[in-house]
Amino acid sequence: MDFNDTKNEAQFREEASTWLSNNAEKKQHARDIYKAAGIPGDGSALNDAKNWQEKLYEAGWACLHWPKDYGGRDASPMERVIWSQEMSKYKVPGGYFEIGQGMAGPVLMTYATEEQKQRYLPPMAKGEEVWCQLFSEPGAGSDLAGIKTKAELDGDTWTINGQKVWTSGAQFSDYGILVTRSDFSAPKHKGLTYFFLDMKSPGIEIRPIKQITGGSGFNEVYFTDVKIPDSQRLGEVGDGWKVSLTTLMNERLAVGDASGVDFQEIFDLAKEQDFNGDQAIKNGSVREKLADWYCEQSGLKYTKMRNISALSQGSTPGPEASITKIVSANKLQDIANFGMDLMDSGSIVRDDDTSALFQGSLLGAPLIRIAGGTDEVLKNIIAEQVLGMPQDVRVDKNVPFNEIPTGTKN
Amino acid sequence: MNFSFSNEQILMQEEVKKLLDKENSVKRNRTILEGDEKFDEELWKSLVAMGLTATTIPEEYGGIGMGFLELCVIAEELGRGIAPVPFSSSVYLATTGILNSSNEEVKKEYLPKLAGGEIIGTFAHSEKTSFPDESGISVSASGNEISGQKIAVPDGDIADFAIVSASTGKNVGLFLVNLKDDSVAIETLDTFDPSRSHANITFNNAEGILLQDDAWSSIEKLLDQSAVLFAFEQVGGAEAAMNMAKEYAMGRYAFGRAIASFQAIKHKVADMYVSLQLARSNCYYGAWALSNDSSELPTAAATARVSATKAFYECSKENIQTHGGMGATWEFDCHLFYRRARLLSSNIGSQGIWKDKLITSLEKSNSPA
Repeated sequence: MDFNDTKNEAQFREEASTWLSNNAEKKQHARDIYKAAGIPGDGSALNDAKNWQEKLYEAGWACLHWPKDYGGRDASPMERVIWSQEMSKYKVPGGYFEIGQGMAGPVLMTYATEEQKQRYLPPMAKGEEVWCQLFSEPGAGSDLAGIKTKAELDGDTWTINGQKVWTSGAQFSDYGILVTRSDFSAPKHKGLTYFFLDMKSPGIEIRPIKQITGGSGFNEVYFTDVKIPDSQRLGEVGDGWKVSLTTLMNERLAVGDASGVDFQEIFDLAKEQDFNGDQAIKNGSVREKLADWYCEQSGLKYTKMRNISALSQGSTPGPEASITKIVSANKLQDIANFGMDLMDSGSIVRDDDTSALFQGSLLGAPLIRIAGGTDEVLKNIIAEQVLGMPQDVRVDKNVPFNEIPTGTKN
Repeated sequence: MNFSFSNEQILMQEEVKKLLDKENSVKRNRTILEGDEKFDEELWKSLVAMGLTATTIPEEYGGIGMGFLELCVIAEELGRGIAPVPFSSSVYLATTGILNSSNEEVKKEYLPKLAGGEIIGTFAHSEKTSFPDESGISVSASGNEISGQKIAVPDGDIADFAIVSASTGKNVGLFLVNLKDDSVAIETLDTFDPSRSHANITFNNAEGILLQDDAWSSIEKLLDQSAVLFAFEQVGGAEAAMNMAKEYAMGRYAFGRAIASFQAIKHKVADMYVSLQLARSNCYYGAWALSNDSSELPTAAATARVSATKAFYECSKENIQTHGGMGATWEFDCHLFYRRARLLSSNIGSQGIWKDKLITSLEKSNSPA
């Protein structure tokens, strides 16, 4: 039992590390971020991110696991892990291309024509074109198959009407992947059809959503008679659910640790803050909480090591990775809340970096527990796909979609 | 990267599991729990025959010279089978304690017998009702004569000898005491989990062999080493309890369907799975630190111990809940796991002690993340 690379892995790591050290600035602390990077929502760092991505692409470090023909490197899953481990040591811009490369890319790879792959995948890898994902709707989140955005075919052209929500980066995206309902009289999962489209098409209106953090990382996207050529359909008409599952499987792999305060921050804070005239960390109830969070953090770290180890030995990671988001998002929320407790009545004042960090994490945590699969959906995935427990009894299967109640009724 | 057990170790684990299944270890737990026997001697002999007591003992002392990693996978299976045998006392604690010491005579005399299962040892450390710190050891050593009382010593009425912590006046030393001696009084206790026997041991000027003088750091190390092994045992028990809950829920019908199809039950079992996975991964970290005698052992051991204690408690209590009323009957096996979870949490120090140790260790290393 060890943490050592195999000979090939070590060689690859060396190559990655050498290139990075020549092209990027190393982090001083694990939590250093790229200076100019704002939140993806404001688009402020988009140019920096595009320049960096192009540099990666030219040197063969973009979308490592993709085929070379489409701008990748034909790298093994383990090489991809090593690359991301090495890159995480450097201050580099990012946050704009994950949805395209992580979700749209794999779907195009599976369902697009060869000509489309040649046209769209390399610019996606290069960061030249940004993609977004148009899935959730006001009446369909965890129950994604309940979407109502309507697609009607006339000749070779589809007309789209409806509304999407929670679309990250829609405002600066060039293309989007879109799931629609093309048949309202078919059962829920059978009437869906999947497309990709030009986000500059006439009839698309994008409105930012203001979140409880005050930021706007997401958008509502409205479709009014938007035209899509049938050639941009992915999968068969009515097969959109199957295509969506390909995307969602990749979403789960893309969503990892929650960002914000973690053990180190609360450990440091407990040393700085007073509690009954002594350092807070001397207090038994504080120590007990710290120990629980350390165990969770460590448990996730070594779960990742076990998964990487399995990958290194040739197996495929499964839905087991679902535990990461459940544990880290809840830990984030609880640490943020307890940190504010430690800062006592001063905690509600936003007067320094520390209080801002804890406040921001407390406000950011609720959405992290929801985005990319809610805690509840992830627990269903663990129970059904990892442990083999039966699905819930469904009242909406094999019923025409237009007879099923959806959305919010009061 | 190779952060996993080797194929040979996994094969060995499967052999131990097969043996415990064949011997019906869980049923044997109930027999000991309900009967007058202090442990299952037949099962103990099967484990000895398989060579498990000899695992970490070098060949020169009559053992088979494997490492702690092998002991980790054995521990997991003993936990899964809630085996009613003094393995943790004799192997994790007494054998490791002797292996750690530099007393060559004791090694030569005791290790071959421990390897062959001819004798059983234990670690007598607790006094009063709380787990002792260095100033809390009242059992005293005057020269080599040991006096005072250790309470609730696991397998204290089964063991042939104990490693005893005793105050020398200057510091705390570790002594080996023959428990069959007339100067030692053993009182079997009525306990929460009678599948493992416990006894108060009173020493009246009993003769001790000095294993180590000024031994407090050695005691801490022995506890850290055994904590990793206890944690594997707890993870084995937790997984067994989770699987019991899942199997029962899949076969139990209410409201016209398997209760396993209700999200209330699925989420409960998913929660068990999450706590189990965290504990298991921390145990791997503990196993790595233990087998490499790493300076990270205090942190790794406490992390493994705390999360495994939590996992076994959660899985064993929610297993009862999933079973409904029948889960709380004497007849069903759920309570055997619930009892064992509690027992293992109390042996070698409670959850509060280990959480405190963990934070102390992180404060010392100052590089927790």
